Amino acid sequence: MSDMAPDAKLVAAETQAVLKTSNAVDGGQVANRSSGTKKALFYTMLVIFALTYIFPFIIQLVTSFKTNSDADKHPLNLVPQPFTTGAIERLFQTNFPMWFFNSVWVAVIVTLARVFFNSMAGYALARLKFRGREALFTAILAVMSVPGIVLLLPKFLALKYFGIYNTPAALVVPLMCDAAGVFIMKQFFESIPPSVEEAARIDGAGTLRTFWSIVLPMAKPALITLTILSFQGSWNELGHFIIATDKENLYTLTRGIASFTTGGLGSGTEFPIKMAGALIMTIPTAIVFIVFQRFFTQGANAGADKG
Amino acid sequence: MSRTKSGDPMRQPAAGWLFVTPMIVIVGLFLVVPIFMALWVSVSNWSGRGTPFGGNTQFIGLKNYSDLLTRQGLARQDFMMSLRNTFYYVIGVVPLQTVLALLLAVLVNQKWLKGRTFFRTAFYFPSVVSSVAISLVFLYLFAGSGAVNAMLSWMGVHGPNWFQDPRGLIHLAGDGLGLWDMNKPPSGLADTKIMNLSLWEWVKGPSVAMSAIMFQVIWTTAGTFMLMFLAALQDLPTEVEEAAMVDGANARQRFWNVTVPHLRPTIFLVITLGIIGTWQVFDQMYVMSKGGPAKTTLTPAYLSYQAAFESQKWGRGAAMAFLLFLLIFLMTQAQRWLLRDKDEAAAKKVAKAQAKAAKKAVAA
Repeated sequence: MSDMAPDAKLVAAETQAVLKTSNAVDGGQVANRSSGTKKALFYTMLVIFALTYIFPFIIQLVTSFKTNSDADKHPLNLVPQPFTTGAIERLFQTNFPMWFFNSVWVAVIVTLARVFFNSMAGYALARLKFRGREALFTAILAVMSVPGIVLLLPKFLALKYFGIYNTPAALVVPLMCDAAGVFIMKQFFESIPPSVEEAARIDGAGTLRTFWSIVLPMAKPALITLTILSFQGSWNELGHFIIATDKENLYTLTRGIASFTTGGLGSGTEFPIKMAGALIMTIPTAIVFIVFQRFFTQGANAGADKG
Repeated sequence: MSRTKSGDPMRQPAAGWLFVTPMIVIVGLFLVVPIFMALWVSVSNWSGRGTPFGGNTQFIGLKNYSDLLTRQGLARQDFMMSLRNTFYYVIGVVPLQTVLALLLAVLVNQKWLKGRTFFRTAFYFPSVVSSVAISLVFLYLFAGSGAVNAMLSWMGVHGPNWFQDPRGLIHLAGDGLGLWDMNKPPSGLADTKIMNLSLWEWVKGPSVAMSAIMFQVIWTTAGTFMLMFLAALQDLPTEVEEAAMVDGANARQRFWNVTVPHLRPTIFLVITLGIIGTWQVFDQMYVMSKGGPAKTTLTPAYLSYQAAFESQKWGRGAAMAFLLFLLIFLMTQAQRWLLRDKDEAAAKKVAKAQAKAAKKAVAA
C-alpha cells in the first residue's frame, strides 16, 4: 500500500493513532495483577515478535558488508567474512547517486507543494463560504474513493497528452496536491475555534494575510503530520514514477532500485549490493520517523494544553 | 458570530475559489481528466503510437471488456488467473494481518510492560519503509539459499525455492492428505472448465511464491493496523474492565466479552481497509515476481500494467483498470451493507431484550 493517494480514512485513522498512542503512553489500562509467569509469557511472545521484526533489517545491514559468495553461502551469519565495503562502492558506481538526488528533490518539492496547497484547500473548504463549496467537497470525496493503482494508466495518458511525459515536471506536478491531505487539513481547521481569524478579519486583515500569519501558525501540528505523510509518500512512491518516465536519468530510488531485480546488475544474485541499496534508501525515512515521533508527542501535548 | 456591514466575514467567494484553485487544477488535470481519457481508451483500439484521440484510433465498443469477460481466449484466461491469485491472496492476508495486528496491540498495551515504546516502534517501522526496499530484503530472505531456508534446515526441513515455485498450496495439501496426486489431477476437476480455467486450476490455492509475498505483506502491514487497534484500546474505559474484574471475569473472558466488542468498529475498519489495499497489490509483483512463476503471482493491477505498458494493448489495460475499480467498489459497498445490517440487527436484538425485560418487570 504505497500509493500516493492512500485511502483518506486510513491516513486520518493512522494519524490519530500515532498522535494518541505516543501521547498516552501510560494511558488507561487497568492495573494488571497478572502473575509472574504470565508476564514472562507476554515478554517471551513480544521478544519473539520483535526479533521477527528486527531480524530482516539486521540481515540487510550485515549483508551490505558481505561478499557475494559469503551472502549466498552464509545468509544467517551476522559477521561478514571478510568484511568489505565493496558492495557499497559498487553501488555508487551505478546510477544510484543520481537516483538518490532525484528522490531528494522530488520529495522536497512534492512535500512543500502539498503542505501549501492542501492547507489552502482544506482551509477554504472548512472556513471560507462560497457557492459550490459543498459540491466541491463531495467531488473530492468521490475522487478519493478511486483506488490509486487504478489511476496509473490514466495518469500516463494525461502526461503524454499534456506533453510532459519524461520531463522533471511529470515526476512532481501530478503529486502536488492529494485529496487525502486536503481532507486531513479540512478536518483540522474545523476542529479549531474560528474566533481568532474572525477577529483578525474584522480588524481589516485580508484573507490571504489572515491565512498566512494567523491560521498557518496555529495549524503547526497538522502541518507537521502532513509534512511527514507527504515526505514518506513521495519518497516511497513507486507506481507514479513507473508511468511518469522511462528515462533512467529521471529514475527515483524506488524505480532505480527496483530495476536491480530485473537484470539491472547483470547476472548473479548480487545480494550485498541490493541490500546496500535498500538500506541506504531506508535511512532518510528512518530519520524522519525517529525525529518526528518526538514532534508528534509534542504536537499532541500542545493541543491538549490549549484545550 | 460577529457581523460587519459587509455581512459574514467568512463569506469570501473570491478568496474561496482562489484557495481551492491549485487543488482543482491538479486533481482535475491529473485525476479527473485522465479517468475520462482512459475510459475512451478502454473502448478504443489505440496501439500506443501517436495520440489516442483522433487519427488512426477507432471506437471498438466494449470489445476490450468482452475479451476479458466473455470471449474464449488467452486474455480472459490471464485475467481470470489474476483474479484467482488475488482472491487467495486477499483471503490469506486480510484475516492474518488483522489478527496479528490485534495480537501485537494487545501485547504492547500492557501497562506493566517495560520498553513498550521500543516494541511499538519495532512493529510499526516496516510500515514507513518503502515497499521496494522491503521487497529486496524478502527476496534475499526467501531465496533458495536464503535465511528462511537455512532456518528451516535446522529443523530438518528442505525449504522450497520460494520465488520459483508455482505449486499451489491447496494442491500440495490435497496431495499430502492423499486426496489426489498432484501430477495426475482428478479428471472431474481437470476437465471441467469455468471461464477458461479448469476447476483444478481454480482450487489451486496461492502458489508457494505467492505465499512468500503474503508473508511479507502481513509482516509489513500488521504494524499500521496495530496502531489503530492500540488507539481504540486506549479508548476503552477503565471502569468497564474493572467492573468485569470485580464480577470475577478472567483475562480471557474480559478479552472476548469486553475488549473485542469494544473493538468491533476498528476491526471492521481494518478489514475494509485491508480488502481495499490487498486487491490493489502491485509493487511487490513489479519488484519481486513480474507475475511469475507460471503466472501464479499475476494480479489485476499488475496484469493491467503489463498489458498496456509492455504488450501495448492499451485498451485492454484500461478496461482491466476499470474492472478492478468496479470490483473494489462493489466489495466495499457489500461490506458497508453487511456492517450496517449487523448493527441494525444488533440494535433490534437489544431492543427486543429490553422489551422482554420491561415486560418481566411489569409482570413482577
